[in-house]
Amino acid sequence: MTTTPQAVRRASPRARRTVTPPDPARSLLPDAEPVRLLAESGTPLPARADYPEPPAEVLRELYRRMVLGRRFDTQATALTKQGRLAVYPSSRGQEACQVGAVLAVRDTDWVFPTYRESMALVARGIDPVEVLTLLRGDWHCGYDPTEVHTAPQCTPLATQCVHAAGLAYGEAYQGRDTVALAFIGDGATSEGDFHEGINFAAVFKAPVVYFVQNNKYAISVPLSRQTAAPSLAYKGVGYGVPSEQVDGNDPVAVLAVLTRAVAHARAGKGPFLVEAHTYRMEPHTNADDATRYRDGAEVDAWRDRDPVARLETYLRARGVLDDAAVAEIAEQAEAYAADLRTRMNEQPTVDPLSLFDHVYAEPTPQLIEQREQVRAELAAAHAEEGDA
Amino acid sequence: MATTMAKALNTALADALAADDRVVVFGEDVGALGGVFRITDGLQARFGENRCFDTPLAEAGIVGFAVGMAMSGLRPVVEMQFDAFAYPAFEQIASHVAKLRNRTRGALSVPIVIRVPYAGGIGGVEHHCDSSEAYYAHTPGLKVVTPATVDDAYSLLREAIEDPDPVIFMEPKKLYFASAEASLPTRNEPFGRAVVRRPGRDATLVAYGPAVPVALEAAEAAREEGWDLEVVDVRTIVPFDDETITASVRRTGRCVVIQEAPGFAGVGAEIAARVQERCFHALHAPVLRVAGLDIPYPAPMLEHTHLPGVDRVLDAVARLQWDDQPDARWAAA
Repeated sequence: MTTTPQAVRRASPRARRTVTPPDPARSLLPDAEPVRLLAESGTPLPARADYPEPPAEVLRELYRRMVLGRRFDTQATALTKQGRLAVYPSSRGQEACQVGAVLAVRDTDWVFPTYRESMALVARGIDPVEVLTLLRGDWHCGYDPTEVHTAPQCTPLATQCVHAAGLAYGEAYQGRDTVALAFIGDGATSEGDFHEGINFAAVFKAPVVYFVQNNKYAISVPLSRQTAAPSLAYKGVGYGVPSEQVDGNDPVAVLAVLTRAVAHARAGKGPFLVEAHTYRMEPHTNADDATRYRDGAEVDAWRDRDPVARLETYLRARGVLDDAAVAEIAEQAEAYAADLRTRMNEQPTVDPLSLFDHVYAEPTPQLIEQREQVRAELAAAHAEEGDA
Repeated sequence: MATTMAKALNTALADALAADDRVVVFGEDVGALGGVFRITDGLQARFGENRCFDTPLAEAGIVGFAVGMAMSGLRPVVEMQFDAFAYPAFEQIASHVAKLRNRTRGALSVPIVIRVPYAGGIGGVEHHCDSSEAYYAHTPGLKVVTPATVDDAYSLLREAIEDPDPVIFMEPKKLYFASAEASLPTRNEPFGRAVVRRPGRDATLVAYGPAVPVALEAAEAAREEGWDLEVVDVRTIVPFDDETITASVRRTGRCVVIQEAPGFAGVGAEIAARVQERCFHALHAPVLRVAGLDIPYPAPMLEHTHLPGVDRVLDAVARLQWDDQPDARWAAA
């Protein structure tokens, strides 16, 4: 290969430059420490220009929905103990993440939740009975995803990450400015679909926010068995995706970071990855025994970082909340739980013949045969009951 | 006009892209290259990179991406490059593609087509020749379709793309470049209808995909032995056409089911069981199966031993108790 004189002339000044061009990879990395706007005590930390604090009325609403969300969560756990739910994976302790994330998106945006996001879904305004349909066991999904722009709660780990990429791409393809918010836990970041999802979103510049709630355990397996990375947020850089880590028990910081991530996605800059450091206060589900893999001191330490108390302290100090407001919100939460209790104590009706209705748009001849068989079985059982 | 199945599939994709803006085609090497089998040849040039595009090399990603796009109102048609390369996508297919309509009581549907070049007979090395149809057919919520003729390839693919449910579209690789007279566009019998490819009186050969030409060849050869065999092409494994197949077997009283996949727990076993349940009193002999051996797909120099050929089909036909004696194969036991 020959070098032209022009190439030499162009190359030489560049070689003499002393300023190192910015490494594009560095701009994708998260801050070394999680973003935090409130101290654990609830006192404000120095403001950050890159993460402006949300307006006071938004923070008040964040607090209100967190209180309602926590009350919903304890009510769901109680309903499970009473046998009304087959199982319930609590998100107690993760209120800042559950509520902060959904407050950062619009109603027209799409949310892709996992089974642990029941609180996020009620915070999004979905009827709590519809949210609990999956766990009560009368159907797999109680709400209409197209009405509430929320995918069914996803049980196969990380698979929703790819759906979020496809939906966000499809929406942009059709000229809509929808953002997809995909929830995922720390354990599921080990699944292939997390990586395929974030990679597809990056390659196709799909407007997705991947929100990892690192609650430290995948059932019993600690984070150290999921990754050797310095932070789960570092997983973005390999895909060309910017990322941030945030104190997941700081509601103000979660909302501020998610708001910026959503704006990034909506601006057409592609996906954004956020890792929130939080903690699952309860066992994996009511069927789990957390004492077998973590000790009480660890749980107690996280009790002191309670996100609801932290926000309340801050908002009281700012004069956004007072005793009367706190009491009123607590009253709302009790009424919300009482209503949920009443409605969940009604026995849902299930129709065995509906099992054939939605396998395909139109049932196959084989399904029609089987439906007739079940209909005959039911009629026979009914006749027997009549005889007895 | 003579054309190949590959060209018919290509024409079906082009006509679907032209007919409906919601249709998008994507996968590995489907863009500039036109697919390793050239099924998407020229589509990107004609319809643009938005309508036909390459993706990262990740099959679960491709199918999951299609699920999300379908949720947004599009109609993705994706290509799995080879049968065995579709396995990484199986979780997406079994847990989401097949179930999303049911999980949401019909609120969400997944009108996507997953094209899978499948089966052997092309001298392919390992992982390129699997017959994977049973995995999909065993999963409620999926439609599973496989053409055996050139014009049916066109018709079934157009219908698959228009179908409101997800369709696993299994393309027999060894038939891609077989040529036949076909007048395209064409619309044949709808999903759920099997077709009698050759009428006959003495026995029914039931086959699908790559086994259909084998069945037709065997029926032709059987004439010399004095047997007049009927050949039924299943076409759509799901939804399955019990009616056409049982009507044929009731006429002939004998049935051999032919498939290229390993026989154990295969689609042929299901067909044989259904025929036996529905036609027991019309049968003069047990329903027999001719299938691939229960082995991992063999290396190219051995695949002829594995693949059901005309001789194996004729051997099975000979065992259909023409003299009303028990099958010698099982008599010893």
